Amino acid sequence: MRLWLAALAVTVVNWLMKAGGPLSIGERRLPPAAIRVVGLIAPVLLAGLIVTELGGKRLDWTQLAGVGAAGILSVLRVPLLPAVAAGIALTAGLRLLLG
Amino acid sequence: MIAIDRTGFAAGVRLGLGPAGAGFVLALSFGAEAEARGWGLGLPVLFSALAFSGSAQFTLLTALSGGTVAAAVASAALINARYLVMSVALNDSLRGSRLSRALQAQALVDASFVFAHRDDGRYDVSRLIGASLPQWVAWVLGTAVGSLTAPSPELMHRIGLDVVFPAFFLVLALDELRRSRRAFAASLLGAGIAAALLLVTDPGYALLGGTAAALIGLIPERDPGPAKITEETS
Repeated sequence: MRLWLAALAVTVVNWLMKAGGPLSIGERRLPPAAIRVVGLIAPVLLAGLIVTELGGKRLDWTQLAGVGAAGILSVLRVPLLPAVAAGIALTAGLRLLLG
Repeated sequence: MIAIDRTGFAAGVRLGLGPAGAGFVLALSFGAEAEARGWGLGLPVLFSALAFSGSAQFTLLTALSGGTVAAAVASAALINARYLVMSVALNDSLRGSRLSRALQAQALVDASFVFAHRDDGRYDVSRLIGASLPQWVAWVLGTAVGSLTAPSPELMHRIGLDVVFPAFFLVLALDELRRSRRAFAASLLGAGIAAALLLVTDPGYALLGGTAAALIGLIPERDPGPAKITEETS
């Protein structure tokens, strides 16, 4: 019962967070300065996600190599899925070689 | 009630397939970990279907083992406070009544929010919803498979599955950074803040703190540069 209630509470809080914009701001439009801030949230969030995903536990250079390879391939115009798949293969290969 | 543009929705579904694959892998670990902690099958799957939030679900799972329910719920809520920021950002692009807009905003997840971001700074809501659909299916399915099969974290690490999410985020970030110099500067600052906060706190809080870098948007642009806004709103 304790688990179910905790999960339910987190679910409801999550719904409220996602609904927070429409519920709090309603029909009002944001001023230009706020629109500029809002436009920067997506790239900033992505940068933060990369940092927290790579450095969240402890730095692992085999993981960094795979992620870096995917990034380089993407810059070279390789599509998203093959680029990521190549990164996974490189990391798995390195771990296999290093035992 | 919700006007969905079919083209945008279909584009979103296609874009969402990549992160859906990554989400499936993460959901496998969530299901396996929940099973190992005695959550059974029903609760993790229902939790994934209704909450649809990796960061909050993992936080609750770990925090419950070491503390009170109230503290665990508060941690899971705080870790998702970034959705409040994203929801405010999305509000101007939503249509319909307040309730309808609140419902549309439930499609918010990190990757979809980025996919929905348009060059003019607004958000394509049909694309947002389309991108979240395959991710939701994969998230729920992955949780069920993880709970039933309980794959070992060691095996998942050995085959390099921890590369999936950061690699996706990096590729998406490279696209975002091409948009403007200011986005590049804000991203560098956000990454720096998140990295510094990581030294003293959990990833969820570091991520939330990093979003403060978007405040550099408050500084008026001296030189509009490539006349981006006028060009794209015309």
